Amino acid sequence: MSGGISRRTPLKVRGDIMALDRWIALILLLMSATYAYTAFFTMDGNLAPFMRNTPIWPSTFPKVLSVLAMIAALTIVLGFEKSDAPRDDDPSVIVYRRLLDYQVVPALVLLGLMVAYALLLRPIGFLTATVGFLVIGSLVLGERRLHILILVAVIAAGGIWYLVQEVLGIFLRPWPFFMGV
Amino acid sequence: MIGLATAFSLTNILMVIGGCLIGTFIGMLPGLGPMSIIAIMIPVAISIGDPSAALILLAGVYYGAIFGGSTSSILINAPGVASTVATSFDGYPLARQGKAGKALTVAAISSFVGGTIGAILLMIFAPALSSVALLFGSPEYFALMIVGLSAIAAFAGTGQVAKALLMTLVGLMLATIGEGVLFNMPRFTFGVMDLQSGLGFITLAMAMFALPEAMYLILDPNRSKTEGGTNEIKDLRITRAEARSIAPVIGRQSIQGFLIGVLPGAGATIASFLGYAVERNIASKEDQEQFGKGSLKGLAAPESANNAACTGSFVPLLTLGIPGSGTTAILLGALIALNVSPGPRLMIDEPQIFWAVIISMYLGNVVLLILNLPLIPYIAKILAVPRTFLIPFILFFTLMGAYIGQNNATELLILVGLGVCATILRFADYPLAPLLIGFILGPMLENNFSRSMNLFDGPIFMVERPLTLGLLVIAALLIVLPSYRARRARLRAQGVADGD
Repeated sequence: MSGGISRRTPLKVRGDIMALDRWIALILLLMSATYAYTAFFTMDGNLAPFMRNTPIWPSTFPKVLSVLAMIAALTIVLGFEKSDAPRDDDPSVIVYRRLLDYQVVPALVLLGLMVAYALLLRPIGFLTATVGFLVIGSLVLGERRLHILILVAVIAAGGIWYLVQEVLGIFLRPWPFFMGV
Repeated sequence: MIGLATAFSLTNILMVIGGCLIGTFIGMLPGLGPMSIIAIMIPVAISIGDPSAALILLAGVYYGAIFGGSTSSILINAPGVASTVATSFDGYPLARQGKAGKALTVAAISSFVGGTIGAILLMIFAPALSSVALLFGSPEYFALMIVGLSAIAAFAGTGQVAKALLMTLVGLMLATIGEGVLFNMPRFTFGVMDLQSGLGFITLAMAMFALPEAMYLILDPNRSKTEGGTNEIKDLRITRAEARSIAPVIGRQSIQGFLIGVLPGAGATIASFLGYAVERNIASKEDQEQFGKGSLKGLAAPESANNAACTGSFVPLLTLGIPGSGTTAILLGALIALNVSPGPRLMIDEPQIFWAVIISMYLGNVVLLILNLPLIPYIAKILAVPRTFLIPFILFFTLMGAYIGQNNATELLILVGLGVCATILRFADYPLAPLLIGFILGPMLENNFSRSMNLFDGPIFMVERPLTLGLLVIAALLIVLPSYRARRARLRAQGVADGD
């Protein structure tokens, strides 16, 4: 895996990006259609009788939104609006077709780490989860100065815990549940 | 004079300094906006006893928190407050170009001028403006929100209007999830209990901005290298030419932001988005192309507008007793707890409190500038931290922001899911800011739409009220004009335009 990618991306690759944006518009069109179905056909089923005489129902605003969203999505899917291709030397662009040339593995591992943090935050406590997250996250990205890493993680986790729990009064369980705190 | 004497007492000056410092540092944490910080500080303020001192402390916290929020927007693209979302559009690109020091300085100066002009306008026009604000009914608010949402066309690039509109509509649809205040029933929750209260703003903001940026930094290590050296990052200097170019922007947006802030319900968020959109639309073609890529004008506009709007939001609070925003609603609670009743008689019955608050706003802005300018080189050094440390910390603060906001671990899973979706949307060049703007304005838009529909027994209000109609026409023009301009430009380029 390279440590980055050349900024020179052939223009024809941009064509793929356009294809992706139409695929996304198609997905959003389907989602809007589902939203519209719910708003038009299922949402008002349990509406109280007195509400049926008012000009506004819970589904009124969603109905308007769903129709507008379907029109906007269709405009993109059918290619009615032509957009200029971004400059090929634009450093903000990541070419998804060449995703494997980028650092995909660390990105996926860190996403997994975030999920693990979410699931373990309460059972193992804020301090343990945070120190673990920061240390493993840095190791995944190539940091090897373990002594600095652990020190920084412990200070940061302790400092934030003190600020949030003790100063601001927002409860954060510091230690694992079996330690009784 | 009574206000001057009260505000310049040693205790009150210490209150302003303390408030600004607390607000700035806590405000930097994504997830803790001015509203939460002020709510946390209320018991401290009440324990002080003296209403003037307490309010001065809270005003300092308010301004400090807004500046702190701008700092995290600029440095790590993590806007923890809705009113600083627009700051990240150009603030973060500037930081990535190695101009973090300059960006923070422009933000500090713009905030200072915006707040100061706002305070002066408040002193002069408060009583008169409060009666104007009352002319705005639900239909006008609805139309004003539509103008705000249509202004997203200004964020979209050439030929991107449909994408920006689609993203806005997706944001509006996401805002309808959960149990709204208007109808006492859950909508689009699909039986999931965690969706009953809807999605959290902070979760969505982190998922749309901070998380995709962190993913990009991981995917492409070259991105984390800012273009300037450490000295340049810390460099605060603004050239004379740059100062000349941003001065009119700051002046215009301070006034516009203040006027929007006066309207109850509009507030700093709409002021910052509209400020950005207006400046982008009236800029020259070369300047327009710089917006979103690190334009100083694009940074100065929302910063001056949101600070001026914060000051403006005190007009209905102090003169009518109507809180114009969530933050001023909490301040109203604090005032009542301190046995002060805001309203038309406040200026007559307790002039020392009224004027002390106004003077403290000015003082707060001065103190904020004096305190923050020397700190900027140190704050900006965050960008010099190696990516192996910086990225896990950005991810951690993103998670913490979402967790503190809702105190719910499921919110973190939603954050990761939405963040992955946002990264894919970014791959395909979809603008993400309109989605967040739609989500923020969605509940206000629906409330005003529903109230207007009930009041006028249908959608006739859109044409019956001249001000509403005028605003809706502006909104339509904002959507149509960019597409029309792009089409004309393309036809010209192909040589088939009129006259060719």
